[in-house]
Amino acid sequence: MNNALQANTCSQPDPGAVSVASGGYLGHTDSAWTLADHLGAIGVRLSIGRMLYRVTPGLYTLGTPGPDAPVLVTANYKLSFDQLRRALAGINAWILVLDTKGINVWCAAGKGTFGTDELVGKINECRLHERVTHRRLILPQLGAPGVAAHEVRKQTGFAVVYGPVYAADITAFLQADLQATPAMRRICFSWHERLAVAPLELVLYFKQLLLLGLALALLSCVPIAGHFWSAFEHRGILVFLLFVLTGALASLLGPLLLPWLPTRAFSIKGACLGVALAVLGLWLVGPAWSVLRTAAWILLLAAGASHLLLKFTGSTTFTSPSGVRREVRVALPVQIAMGLVGLTAWTAAGFLPTW
Amino acid sequence: MKYLSKDVSLRLDVDRCTGCKMCTVVCPHGVFAVENQKARILDRDACMECGACALNCPVAAIAVNSGVGCAEAIINGLLTGQETCCGGDTCCCAPKAS
Repeated sequence: MNNALQANTCSQPDPGAVSVASGGYLGHTDSAWTLADHLGAIGVRLSIGRMLYRVTPGLYTLGTPGPDAPVLVTANYKLSFDQLRRALAGINAWILVLDTKGINVWCAAGKGTFGTDELVGKINECRLHERVTHRRLILPQLGAPGVAAHEVRKQTGFAVVYGPVYAADITAFLQADLQATPAMRRICFSWHERLAVAPLELVLYFKQLLLLGLALALLSCVPIAGHFWSAFEHRGILVFLLFVLTGALASLLGPLLLPWLPTRAFSIKGACLGVALAVLGLWLVGPAWSVLRTAAWILLLAAGASHLLLKFTGSTTFTSPSGVRREVRVALPVQIAMGLVGLTAWTAAGFLPTW
Repeated sequence: MKYLSKDVSLRLDVDRCTGCKMCTVVCPHGVFAVENQKARILDRDACMECGACALNCPVAAIAVNSGVGCAEAIINGLLTGQETCCGGDTCCCAPKAS
């Protein structure tokens, strides 16, 4: 990406292309990933610098594209750009990067920033008409929720061809004369894709997880009779560690086991996982807890995991807003009720040691 | 994998359809099929209401209340009256790359 950052603008003469008076950004790039690109790709999965992982929007040359070379359109989220240029190894092409505020193609298409107006604007800004003789743009299929192909053609003369869902299929698509196989048109949510987005969930909610664990640990020590610290050492530390560990495990196992957890509702999937992990943890650790405390623990973990998986709908590739709206309306009040009852029972267990 | 599909808002006006097949191209879940120059909904259950088909249908034969199937956005919507994906600049789905 160093090359792209050193790029000149369209206002400077570009060898091999027609000179342009003024307009958008013009850069050069290549297919190779540097160490920084690899580290960056890992980093954004862990929420490090994720919102600043951008490239300058504009027109990039990959290799030495001539006026008949294909034009591929992508978002200015650096991971989207990087995956595209890597997939295009050995191909001379133009890459038109839209300004999506650093958001990936699909999410930006949903928001409309990867959209008809932005695409038309960038075509004109970068004077694409003067750089290529053909009138064809290749867009990622997942950009389609934001772009009306027939509108782009009407406004610019460029025909939009939707390429495959995955950048990895782009060379096969180009070699097949811009024909995608049915498989290339389908989005999956395979276990490695689920695992790739799972760590982000954990990072995003880790602080809440620690705070909740601490709160439960402190509440497990009431009523404060005698030495608080001995009670905390005796039970609190165990509660804290068990809660954080179970929560972390749930945020990884939930996405991973998604297809096999029961029902289509994410909240029920999560509740089942929460109960299973709570019971497993208690069985492995075997703390001397009363029935009330044990029940409260299971209820709290079920509520927590249920909410965690409900939030995971935002990271999936197949949940509809109408479905999520329905699920949130039913599940959220239940989760809140489970949490409140669980907390009450958890606290009461200290006052009712024989229950 | 399929999700709750009872409320899916996808509608197809077969009379308007010209059989251009754009809907079968843009849908990543294979919801449509085109037979005898007319589209039909093959797998309504799989629709995630992304809106790609409706936006790319040149004769406006498809309608769908499109949006993002993200609980965080819906909850934000209930709280603030405006559905934003995890609040403005921060998008829950940003790490996905494609």
